Amino acid sequence: MVRGITRETIKSFLLGNRTSHGLLFMVVVYLLLIAIGFVYLYPLLFMFVTSMKSPEDLLNPMVQWIPTEFYVGNYLKAFRVLDYPNTLRASILISVLPSVIQTVVCSFVGYGLARYRFWGKNLIFALILATFIIPAQNTVIPQMLTYRDFGLLGNISALLLPAIMGQGYKSAIFILIFYQTFLSLPKVLEEAARLDGASDLKIFIQIALPAAIPSYIISIIFSTVWYWNETFLTVIFLEGGIQSLPMQLSKFVQAYENLYPPGVVNIFDRLNEAVKLSGTFLNILPLLVMYFVLQKWFVESVERTGITGE
Amino acid sequence: MTAHPKTRRKGIGPRVREALHGYAFVLIWIIGFAVFTLIPLLQTFFYSLNQVTVSATGIDLSFVQWENYTRALFTDPTFVELLIEYAIETLVSVPIILIFSLIIALFLNLNFRFKGLFRTIFFLPVVITSGPVIQELTAQGATSVPGIAISATVEEFLAELPSYLSNPIEYLLTSFILILWFSGVQILIYLSSLQKIDRSIYEAAAIDGASAWESFWKLTLPSLATTNLVIAVYTIIALSHFSENKVVKYIYGQTYAVEGGIGYASAMSFLYFLVLIGLLVLVYAVLNFQAKREVA
Repeated sequence: MVRGITRETIKSFLLGNRTSHGLLFMVVVYLLLIAIGFVYLYPLLFMFVTSMKSPEDLLNPMVQWIPTEFYVGNYLKAFRVLDYPNTLRASILISVLPSVIQTVVCSFVGYGLARYRFWGKNLIFALILATFIIPAQNTVIPQMLTYRDFGLLGNISALLLPAIMGQGYKSAIFILIFYQTFLSLPKVLEEAARLDGASDLKIFIQIALPAAIPSYIISIIFSTVWYWNETFLTVIFLEGGIQSLPMQLSKFVQAYENLYPPGVVNIFDRLNEAVKLSGTFLNILPLLVMYFVLQKWFVESVERTGITGE
Repeated sequence: MTAHPKTRRKGIGPRVREALHGYAFVLIWIIGFAVFTLIPLLQTFFYSLNQVTVSATGIDLSFVQWENYTRALFTDPTFVELLIEYAIETLVSVPIILIFSLIIALFLNLNFRFKGLFRTIFFLPVVITSGPVIQELTAQGATSVPGIAISATVEEFLAELPSYLSNPIEYLLTSFILILWFSGVQILIYLSSLQKIDRSIYEAAAIDGASAWESFWKLTLPSLATTNLVIAVYTIIALSHFSENKVVKYIYGQTYAVEGGIGYASAMSFLYFLVLIGLLVLVYAVLNFQAKREVA
């Protein structure tokens, strides 16, 4: 057995051969990935560690990565400043509701494009691409003024109406996802149903839709995340009516000073970076929870839906 | 897409019927496009040619021709500067994001333990990247490469360089992690393209004596030509639409400013849009040229 280990086998064990990677190679890969992963996660680690620091720890230059005590005071303050229960509920509402509607409508459009031949389809694709490219600020002001005329500013309808008409946030991506999905589904069942006299709508709901469930889930998840993180549109359309978490975070300083006036509170209750980062962490916490629960859907989404853009 | 075998209604051919049903599915989108994209776009363009004042009852317009545009380009000291900065930063970021996401995708395409864990890490920023979060992280200095950006040597070195060189480098150092954070979707697209490449080509190349290095440059990269294009376009758009983008923020600020106003902001939006299209065309031309050369 010992004599079996020649120079060749050691070499292939370390450097790899045609069928498997060598140990040395894999060590390098792991080291690189861990290094890049650390750099990648650095902002999050920094945020989390800083948010756990008490005011004394913040001032102490000896305390870098490990706070001296378990301190949640920052979170208690940030929780109050963010008006967490209310803004969280608002955020969930303004992200889930438009995404569900947008997904359903986009699946309709994607199905129509994938399953029917009609004149002007290429034009529609070009326009869909255009909606993806045109920056929001080129269309948002007239919309805002129109909403104002109808008294819809600050109302969730300001987000729902575009979603109902297939013009929700990043709708082009979802239409393309459904286009790809329906294009790749076999047509046999649909044709059989058509021979049996089923209507087009019935075919869509009873045959195409159930087969595309993964795409629906992925679209809703992604759309929810994007609506949640979107602040440009929400600030313009919802300001004064609905206050979402990211909106509240962007005026954290102001909100903090309303609750803890700088001239009144003692020095340890002044706004510091630990409180700010606690607020930031509270802001992304629901997304993190969602991500780790649903991560399979996130990372496999591109493969499942087959969207690579060609 | 075969025609229907039987036509229930008389007078309408199967082709026309199919087209009508197809339109029925996309009709809502067409109306939506007109209402929420086309008309507002034209209206914004119209505003950009006017001095717009908002009053309690409505808006007052006075036609000023191209004055808002000339003001943005020739009078406003910040706008053009921001626009150039944006163009340079985008052109610096796109190759970095492309290369970085390709490297990560190549790693994740290998077989090893904890692959799922790393995939989860590299996709995480997509989920949490929002304007206010990035703003807080940048403000606290959490997005620069730890220990490099703030060192005195680097600062001295940057001071020696002319500003058109030092600005992009400074941007690179202070926002490096931020740039990488924009790679999540790109990694996934690269990964799925890599997995589509036929493995037997590599085996054939290996039998012919090609090293892994050679097969990367001669097999992998050429087959990713289209993917590169898609990812470059996606990246430019993602960077340009990001709500923390300096130009976007400036335009938004001017919308409500006393000396700015809706007309002026609309004119700047269109100039910004033009630069964005210019960047897309430029990157498209470069990558397309590359792709054609690979094929030839």
